Formats: sequence, C-alpha cells, structure tokens
Amino acid sequence: MLRQNKPRRSPGQSTAITPVPQPTLGAPGSITDKISGTIFTGTPLWWWIGFLISASLLGVFMFTIGVLLWRGVGIWDINNPVVWGFAIVNLVFWIGIGHAGTFISAVLLLLRQHWRSAFSRFAEAMTLFALAVAGLFPLLHLGRLQFAYWIFPYPNTLLLNPNWRSPLAWDAFAITVYGLVSLMFWYIDLMPDLAAMRDKTDNWFLKAFYGALSTGWRGDAEHWERLHNASYLFAAIATPLVISVHSVVGLDFAIANTVGWHHTIFPPYFVAGAVFSGFAMVIIVGAGLRRAYGLQDIITIDHMENAAKFVLITGLMVGYGYLMEYFTAWYLGHEGEWVLTVQRFIGPYAPFYWLMVIFNVVVIQALWFKRIRRNIPLLVTICLLVLVGMWLERFVIITMSLQYVHIPAGWDFFNAGIWDWLTLISPFGLFFTLLFLFIRVLPIIPIYETELLAAEEAGGH
Amino acid sequence: MPNEVDHIEESNMSNGKPSNEVIWRNNDELAAHKDFEAFLKEKFPKEAAILKGSGMGRRNFLKLMGASLTLAGFGLQGCTTADAPNEKIIPYVRTPEEVIPGRPVFFASAVSLGGFATGVIIETHEGRPTRLDGNPEHPGSLGSSNPFVQASILELYNPERSVFVRQADENGNRISSWEEFVAAVGDALARLEDGSQLRILTETVTSPTLASQMETLLEMYPGASWHQYEPVARDNVLAGANMAFGEPANTMYDFSSAQVVVSLDSDFMNAMPGSLRYARDFMAGRKVRPGAGVTEMNRLYAVESTPTPTGAVADHRLTMRTSEVEAFARALADALGVEGGAAASGDAWSSEAFDAIVADLEANAGASVVVAGDEASPVVHALVHAINASLGNVGSTVMYTEPIEVSPINQHESLQTLVDDMAAGDVQALFIMGGNPVYNAPADIDFAGALANVPFSAHLALYNDETSLASTWHVPETHFIEQWGDARAYDGTVSVIQPPIGPLLDTVRSPVEMMALLTGDERRSYDIVREYWEAEFEGDDFNGAWRATLHSGVLADSAAEIIEPTLVGSLADDVESNAVGASEGLELVIRPDAAVWDGRFAANAWLHELPKPLTKITWDMAALMSAATADELDVESEDLVELGFGGNTMMAPVYVMPTHADGTVTVTLGYGRGIGADIDANMSFNAYDVRTSAAPWGGSGVTVTRRGRYDLARSQIDIDESSPIETHSPVRHAPISQLLADPNEITYNYLLTEPSLLPEYDYSGGYKWGMSIDLTSCMGCNACVIACQAENNIPVVGKEQVIKGREMHWLRIDEYHAEGEDQTYFQPVPCMQCENAPCEQVCPVQATVHSDEGINQMVYNRCIGTRYCSANCPYSVRKFNFLDYIDESALLAEQRNPNVSVRARGIMEKCTYCVQRIKSARIDAQVDNRRISDGEVMPACAVACPTEAIIFGDLNDENSRIAQIKQEPHDYGVLEELGTVPRTTYLARITNPNDALEEEA
Repeated sequence: MLRQNKPRRSPGQSTAITPVPQPTLGAPGSITDKISGTIFTGTPLWWWIGFLISASLLGVFMFTIGVLLWRGVGIWDINNPVVWGFAIVNLVFWIGIGHAGTFISAVLLLLRQHWRSAFSRFAEAMTLFALAVAGLFPLLHLGRLQFAYWIFPYPNTLLLNPNWRSPLAWDAFAITVYGLVSLMFWYIDLMPDLAAMRDKTDNWFLKAFYGALSTGWRGDAEHWERLHNASYLFAAIATPLVISVHSVVGLDFAIANTVGWHHTIFPPYFVAGAVFSGFAMVIIVGAGLRRAYGLQDIITIDHMENAAKFVLITGLMVGYGYLMEYFTAWYLGHEGEWVLTVQRFIGPYAPFYWLMVIFNVVVIQALWFKRIRRNIPLLVTICLLVLVGMWLERFVIITMSLQYVHIPAGWDFFNAGIWDWLTLISPFGLFFTLLFLFIRVLPIIPIYETELLAAEEAGGH
Repeated sequence: MPNEVDHIEESNMSNGKPSNEVIWRNNDELAAHKDFEAFLKEKFPKEAAILKGSGMGRRNFLKLMGASLTLAGFGLQGCTTADAPNEKIIPYVRTPEEVIPGRPVFFASAVSLGGFATGVIIETHEGRPTRLDGNPEHPGSLGSSNPFVQASILELYNPERSVFVRQADENGNRISSWEEFVAAVGDALARLEDGSQLRILTETVTSPTLASQMETLLEMYPGASWHQYEPVARDNVLAGANMAFGEPANTMYDFSSAQVVVSLDSDFMNAMPGSLRYARDFMAGRKVRPGAGVTEMNRLYAVESTPTPTGAVADHRLTMRTSEVEAFARALADALGVEGGAAASGDAWSSEAFDAIVADLEANAGASVVVAGDEASPVVHALVHAINASLGNVGSTVMYTEPIEVSPINQHESLQTLVDDMAAGDVQALFIMGGNPVYNAPADIDFAGALANVPFSAHLALYNDETSLASTWHVPETHFIEQWGDARAYDGTVSVIQPPIGPLLDTVRSPVEMMALLTGDERRSYDIVREYWEAEFEGDDFNGAWRATLHSGVLADSAAEIIEPTLVGSLADDVESNAVGASEGLELVIRPDAAVWDGRFAANAWLHELPKPLTKITWDMAALMSAATADELDVESEDLVELGFGGNTMMAPVYVMPTHADGTVTVTLGYGRGIGADIDANMSFNAYDVRTSAAPWGGSGVTVTRRGRYDLARSQIDIDESSPIETHSPVRHAPISQLLADPNEITYNYLLTEPSLLPEYDYSGGYKWGMSIDLTSCMGCNACVIACQAENNIPVVGKEQVIKGREMHWLRIDEYHAEGEDQTYFQPVPCMQCENAPCEQVCPVQATVHSDEGINQMVYNRCIGTRYCSANCPYSVRKFNFLDYIDESALLAEQRNPNVSVRARGIMEKCTYCVQRIKSARIDAQVDNRRISDGEVMPACAVACPTEAIIFGDLNDENSRIAQIKQEPHDYGVLEELGTVPRTTYLARITNPNDALEEEA
C-alpha cells in the first residue's frame, strides 16, 4: 500500500505526472461481485425516479420532433440571417460531450494510463449516448429531412456526388465514422464483462441475454490476446478521430467567410472545448454513479481529481482561444469582425457572452487548488457551470455571429421561442434515459480491467 | 361576437340557384358562425386543415384565405364562359394567330390612381393575366412602374373581392343579383319626384366616356348633381391655381431640362400625377458617367418636414416644420422679387442655404423648377406659380394645360354639400361609384350618418367595404383588368382600358356600365366606350385607329394642349390674406401611405408586406417623429400612443425616424381597417379619425399620450452608432467633384489585388451576365421589389414572420443614414451572382451551382435545407422557406408566373437574374440563329425601375450598356475584399452639393 502514493512509471511513458489513482479493494472477485451486484440487486428507488424524469423529458423531445417534422423548422425562431439556431448549437455541444469518452478510452489507453479503466466504460457509453443525441440534430436541422441521404455518395442514376468542397459533407463522414468506431470499441471492450454477467446470473433470461451479447466469450487466452490487440487497434483508430471530428466541425465555421466564424484557430480550439466539456460531464456522471452505487473505492477521489485536472488544462486552452479571437479580430483590420467583437462585449447578448467567460475561464481557476479538486460537491458545481458555459460558447460563436452579418442592413436578432427552448432542454431526456438504462443493464465499470488492475496491485506486478 | 351570428341566415338564393348555403354578410360574420369549422371542413377540406394547423384565429384565417373560400366555386369562368361577349381586343407586342401555349401575350391597358392613368402592359399566360409593367409608349410611364401599379395585379385575384350583388333588407343582408338590382334601380329612379333627389358620388374622374355619360345623365335628370370625393384629392393644387390664375390649370414639369430643382414639401417622384415620368426625367439629369464623358448633373434642394424618397436623394435637404414651408416659400418669393413674398425672420432654416438656393435659381433662370407638393397649402402653390413665372421657367420646364380632371372641384366641399343634402333628406337615390366615403370621409363630415337617411343607395366597389355595408345595395365592381374604360394621364393623354380577360365573376360591373344603367342603357361597357370614341373620331378609318389605340395603349395626339395662363393681379393680396403664420406647438402631418395609399390597397398583401421607404415598416402605419421630439414627448419606437388633434383621437405606434423634422408628428392614411396580424389594435390606427375637412393634411396642436406598447414589423433593424459604415461601407458616396478628381477614394478598387487560387471560369463564346445598380438614381421607391415578387412567385409571409425576420423578398432595399447628415442612402440588394460564390462552395449536395453564363443557380429540387449557403452568403440575399409560405388557394395560384417554380417548405431561394427571361430570350435568338442582343433581356426589377437605375446585360458584349457602365470609375462591388468577385456592382452615389454650402454638407 505504500506504493500507492508514489509516482508509478509505465512503459511508454517517460515521466508520470500524476499519482495513479487505484481501486482500493482487496481480493480479486470482489470487484466482479460489486459491479455485477449493481445490476443483479433489485432496482433502487432513485433509479426509478431518475429514469422516469428522463423518460418524461424524452417524451417531450419526441413530441418536439413530431411538431418539428409536421410544421417545419419554422417552429424555431431562426430567421434570415440567423439560419443556424439551437439545433446546430446542440450538435456541437453534444459532440463535444462525447469527446471525453473517446479521449479516456483511446488516448489514455495508448498512453498506458491504467487508472482510466474506472472511467472508461461509462465515459465511452456517454460518448455513444451523446453521439446519439448529437447525430439527430444535423438531421432535424434540415429543411427537408426526407432527403438527408443525398449528403452521402450513394450510387444514383443522376451520377450525382455530394459537393466535396463543402465541410458539411466532411461532417457527415466524420460523425458517422466516429459513431461507428466508438460503438465497436465500446462493444469489444464490453465482451468479457458480458460473459462475466452471464456467468454470474441464475436467471435463464438474463443468461440468454448476456450470453448472446457476449458472443461466446469463454475467457480463452486466445480471446484475451485478441481482445487486447483489438483494443489497441481501435484505440489507435479512435485517437485521431478525437482530433478530427471536432476539427471538422470546427471547419464548418472556419471555412465559411461569415463574420465571427472565419478563424483558423477553430479546429484545435473546438477540440479543446470538446474535451473540456466532455470531462466536465464525466465528472458529473461519475460523481453521481459512485455516490448512487457506493463505488467510492473504485472511482476514487483520485480519479475525480485527475479528471478535474483535465478540465483545468483544456479550460485554459479554451481561454487561450478566446484571447486569440480578440487578437484576430483586432489584427485582421476587418470592420465587421471588430464590430462583432464589440457587440459581443456590449451588445444585447453581452450577458451571455460574459457568463460564458466567467464559467469557462474564471470559475475553473479554482481547480488550481487541490482541496477544491478533491471536494466533490464543489467540483460538480464547477463542472455544471462549465457545461453551461460551453453551451453558451457555441451559442456565442454560431448564433450570435450570424446576427452581425457583413452587410449592416442585413442584421437581425435571434430571440429563442418555446420550441427553441424545448429543443435545447428535451434532448437531455434522451441522453439520461439511455444512461439510466445502461447502468441498469450493463456493468458500468470494466470488470476485467479493474480486476486486472487490482490483481496487479495485489500481486505486486 | 355571438350577436353577430344573428345576421347569418338561411337563404334559398345563392347566385340565382336554389341552395341551402349558409350566407354571410362579411367574413367576420362567417368566422363567428358556430358551424364555421364544420362548414369549412365540408366545403374546403384543404383550407380547413390549414386553419387547424396554422394557429391563426378564424378572422385572420378568413382574411388570408378568403379567395378560395368565396371564389373557388366560380373559378376562372371569364376565360371559358359560354356567353362571352363579342368584344375585340388587340394584343400589344405580338399578334399570334392563336395563343401559343407557353408564350405570354401582352396587352396594353391603363391603371389609374386618383383618376390619373398610367399606361401598363398586361402579361398573360394562356389567358391568365400574371403581371403588369409600364407601357413604354405611355408618357406617364415610359415603361416603368411603381409598387401600386405592380401590385394591382394581385387585386384581380384578391381573396377579399366582393362576389355577390347584395341588398340590405330588414334582416340584414341578402344575396341578390344584377337583374334584381336593375329592377330596383328602375323603381328608385321612377320614384324620384324630380332630378334634384338624385346624387352621384364618384372619385376623381378623368374618363371622357364617363364624362359624357354624366352629361347625358344630368340632362335626363335636371337638378341631379354629381359629387366627387376621394381623400387624396388635389384640392390645394386647385386652390393654388385659382389663386394664381383665377382659373384651374394643370401644371406639368419637364425635369429633363432643369438644372436646379427646389421641392417644397413635394414627393414629386412618387406621389403626384406623372411622378413616374418626373422621376425618369429628373434622374436622367443625374447620370454622371465620366467614362462616357458625362460630367454634369442637376441639383435638387428639398424643403420638407416628413422625409420622402424625393427628399432623400436631394443634394441639400432643408428640414423644417410644414407650417414653416409656407414662410419659406414666401421668403423665396420675396428674394426673387415676386409679389406676395415676405421676408422671414427666425431660424427655421439656415440663411446660407437659403441664399445659396436663391442664387442658384437666379443663375439657372429658365432652367430650373420650383415644385410644391400636392399637400402644400394653396398659398405655396400660388407662390410657386409666380416664382416659376418670374424665373422664366414657364414654357421651358413648367407647362400648363387645361385641367385634366373632367370637373376640377374642391372635393371636401363637394362631399360636405352632398352630406348636408343627405342629412336634410333631400336625397332619395345615391349612386356611389367606387371610393369608400364611410371609411375615409373626414371626421367632421358624418357621411355614414347621412347615408342612413337615404332610402336608396348603391355602392359599386371591388370590395364589400364599409360603404357597401352601409348602403342599401352593393354591386361588385370589375377590376380594371376585366373592364373597358378610359382615363387620362397627367398630360391629358388618353388611354383606353382594355381587358385581356373576361370578368372572373359574372356578377361584376364596371363604372361605365353602372352609369349607363342610370340612363336606361343596359349595354356592356365595350360597346359604350367604343361608341363614344367612334363619335369623337374625325377621320376615315375608325377601326384602324381603334386597333392602333388598343395596340399601343395610348390614343395618338391626345395630350392636352399647352396653355399660358396669366397671373392675376390680386395674387399678392390673396397670398397675404390666406397665409398662415408659422404655428407654435407640436404639428401633425397627414400623408397618403406608401403601401395602402388612402386605404384602397388595404387588402393587398404584397403592398402590406412591402417595407415602406425610409421606415422599413411593414403591415402597419406609425406615428413618425424625430429623435428629439420623441425625447421631448418621452416616447420611443414601438410605444403605442394616442394622438389627439382637433378634439378627435387616434392610436398609433411610434416610430422614431431619422431625418424627420423636429416638432412634427406624421401619420399616414389608410389603416384602421382591421388588417394585419393584430386586428383589434390595428383598428384604431385610423388617421381619418383625426382628419378634418378644414385641415386635411394636418396642422398644429397635436397631443401625444403614451398608452402602451405595440410591435412593429420592420424589415431592417436600427443600427446604432457602432455600425461599420466606414471605408468598407456597402454604400459609397461622394460629391461629383471628388468623382472627377479621384474616384479611387470612393471605390477603393485599387485595394483589390489579391490573387485567387481557384481557376477562373471560361465564358468565351457564351454569355456572361452582369448587373449594375446606380445608387445615384435609386430613390428607394420599391417598384423593383414588387416587380420581383410578381415575377418570381415570391410568397407573402405575414406580420409575425416579418417580425421574426423571415420576409422573402429576393430583392431588398437597404437604407443607411450617415451621422450628422440628412441624407438617406438606398441600396437595392439582389443576388450578387458572385464569380467565386461562397454559397456554391458550402452546399453539401450541390444544390447551388455556377452556370456557364455566370449565374449562381439554385436547384430547388436538390436542396435539402441545410441553410449553410445562407450562413455563408456575405450579402444575406438568400431566403429560406421556414414554413409552408406559398398560398395554395386556387385563385391566387392563377397569378403565378408559370415559368418560375413555386418553392416548397424547407428549401432555399434567391434572385436568379430572372433566368426564365434569359432562357426565353435565348430560345428566340436561337430560332433566328443570332446572339441575344443588348437590352433584349431585362430582369423584372430593371424593367420596373422608374429611374433606370438597374442596368443588366451581357458582359461578353463590349458594346453592351452593362459593359460600358462597368468601365465607369465609380463602379464598385460590395464586400469585394472578401474575394467573392460579385457580378452585381454598384455605381457610387454621386451628389452635386452647392459649393457655397460644401462645409455644411
């Protein structure tokens, strides 16, 4: 136990900058019991409450979508020139949320940061659910959803391809690939645990259910070998995707010559922002899970602190992005850009802008302090503010910019109406409904990895 | 509301056939009926679904959807009716042996406003009139048009048009028929003890046929009298002429030879008979083209209180209160040595400006025009006659003719006399031909009350309006596109109004037919009009002359003769005794509205949604005032205020208007008829409530009380001082001296040296379309906007959607004000058709692509509605169909241009340079194996423009007008620094300020 507080050097990493948080359980097997126990014990009351609230919100989302499809995108209060409203803001926001999951499961795996395993499963699940939400918005945003498939190069008699010059066509590929890779990566990693669940239960239905999902995993050495290889392979594929997806989303804006969008810094700035908001979400969900299931000894306070450090680092990158925006606006010497910057500071939507700066830049400075990083209620509060701040950032960039088009006489404001707000709020119903189902059905912590980690620990490597 | 249901009754008569239809008196009653939705569902299932889905109230629904409800059952029987009259009409441009499907046929006709005709060409597709343009052979149009002309096509298919002959009876109203009406008229006329119990009320009449009919009628019924009333009448012009000459005279101007123009409260390019011609002539003197050696331009001084489009393009604009304009006119007269003048004291205007104007007028004697607005006081008009005479302008730039009106009278007096007689019970039968006096009579003339005293009153009108409902009989009137008639232009030129289509309804009658009925003549108007002109004709070949007249739209050599009236000696005394001193206190100014005029266009959705020049307000009127006055009154834009004037009150939303005179509040006529989105609030915006016959155009002593808030739907939001109107301003302007000295400092074209990585398009051998818009010539009149709407099937979206910022006009007119200046800069913005188009690059499905002639084509079928193109368009010219905007009612669909797709919900649309016209011209050219010649293709906006500000053509043709214009040094592209290489460029706004006033400007 003495080694626990000492920096640990892993292969492939010359200096470990973080003390590695570890599960503090003793005997192997107890982890399996503990984690699978979260599923096989009776459904707790809090789950029902949470699930019903989420499902109700999901119902509202379905209703909103229904009205949207029936009446058209005009139910939102978007206009000319503000043609992109909450749908696109939400798209960028939710894709960003997903980033932390991939970052944890892929990048940290490649970097041999084994502490990640406590987070990886639910963070990866979060990625998928966030993508499920995000993926809806480019579709719902369309004026004619029924023809959305034209964006893909499917064989057709007109020999028409999509326009390869358009970032939206790149988007379609980037997001689709990202979603598929995330799903496969998550699933492969899940197989041994599904098998463990199959073996744990006596209920014939659950046995069949988990048995089918585990595709005949028997725990052969060969299986483990292949799992290991596949994990690293997918991690290698997913790692560039972490960068590319949000870079491409950033290009949607950077490529356009719209005032406020035409910034070369957008791709990296968007990636940093995505990981920033993603880790904030991981902390919020993680804090909830460890409290609800008493997993404080698996998702330890050290895990939370490490995640908080990521929030701080990426948050500083985002703050740098803001500074560069000011600089570009000034250096560019383009009046429209400067006017937009001034309007952000003092215009009618300035309160939103300043809230964004406070939440994303000022508030996170508290994370320099270890005591705050290790204070879960404070940490969660900060992360909630970060989520709001990051949503506002997308609003500021996308919607506020469109208000101040190049031609001054073309300016017009966006005033969100009831359907915009429902479109903003109700997708959380889909996300949390999926999340609640996930924690009732699947192991939220990778059993085998955690066991492995604990075994390594116990066996002294 | 429930009480109104009582008015609805079961009837066995509907259009002469037995039926059990629910009938109704007006739309409101129908909407209030408890079975309305069931009725709707049964008869018009599609519309019923729309009502359910739209969330609009029943009344609003009927306002918008009335067409299909009331007229769908009738359809376009005008084209097919079996008993079509044998009336020969002559097509204008081509005379095909028969109509060739797909080829439009054009007919000349005329549209009149205030009695004065503007020649038009009516475009018909397979028998359907679809649009109007000016008639190039008509002196009052020269091919151009204004929004009223353009939008009047919509009235033909208007949802609200009256359908039935209707009689008031003890139960309310019943649907009747023309035959019953004829019988009733016979009875009523027979009951008259003598002619003195018969009255005819018309609007201003210039029609020779109607005049002769009136003469006949007055002979048949001695003692009967003819009254005229319309709210925007030229009483002051008449009084001014009487004061100056002792007799009525019609004034015409020749602005083309004027070097200096002084306008006294006059919107002579917009709101005056002949204004289209005046705009053309005046702007012809401002087309500076250094590249072509034209380096001179005329100069306009505008003196006004309420900003007008004319004032907005003036080189010097003197803002003062209306009451001060008269003092200004007297001072001007005094300085020019005209009797009746009086030197003015005070600081209402700068003495430097005044001296400069006087000096300029004196230096350009014989080549100047002083023009007073129709609403200016008689004294101003009289003085202006004298000033023009003393400057020697009469005969060169100012001409006089006999009055164009058949009977020039003071119409307020005429109405007063009539109402007095009616109230006294001296009137047994009253025939009201058009107009709507119950609504638009001045507040002090109780026409509605007096009308109740008349046993037999008949109202011929296009709509079932207030006057119709108060009369004992209502007869639906033909739209001018369905009728035969005639009218005179501002210079007296006669146009015969010929219908390219039979009446859409067999119940409608024209004024000529109604007049004929009174003399016992039941012929159709074709015979009557033709017979009149046959009798007038002196020559051998009447048929040939008639055909020629119908073909060209004007009667040859029918312009009024120039006369030279002499100033009367008593002018100075009359001026002295009639002059009103400058008043203290807040002044009210009443003006006709830029969208609904006097209220007659209150059912025209195109005009309602048209952003009014200088305010950009749609769907409403507003109390206009300057920022200083608003501060003083402690109100701001969109406050709802109560205006008290002369003991009467009206409500209006406030709009703080740049360049408006201080101490003055302007309201416009024509509202308060329950139109638009907020019917109840809108009902009180009625300027007729405060208008009196003594002060028809306002006066001193208006009170303003804040009562609440009201949303105005403006198409352009106010831009505060942080707006980027500097070097890269979209509007560039300079005095002519700078243009001649250093044009680069206007356009900054030299900055555009950045190379592009993209390959250039190759247009060799083909066409390369381009456009240039002369900002000097643009006065923001909106003719192009409506012309585009009519040509391209652009939907109307309604006030709520305009508030949301979703108006669909492909061509908009941006307005800018420069700090510390009284100028307004107009900029029409169609699609720039960029060579390196941002929209084309970002569409993921290639729904917008570059044509081989340089046009950014919009492929509607391919559009999936990502709206990225719009987000990336620096000019914001792309318009998205956020909802299902297109009105699918059968009747309105008849107006649509068959060569332009109707766009569905969820797709993007934009200006196409009227590509359908290019295609059509190409077919013609290919048939002849030649290239399209210069000027053969003109987009709708360019055709409509009164000042020829929009030039379009092939840039590949070096000799084309457009290629020449693009060589001019002040030609520039907006936002060229973005590398878009716009096809649509602008000629900078050039002004000609007086050197003596240079510092001030």
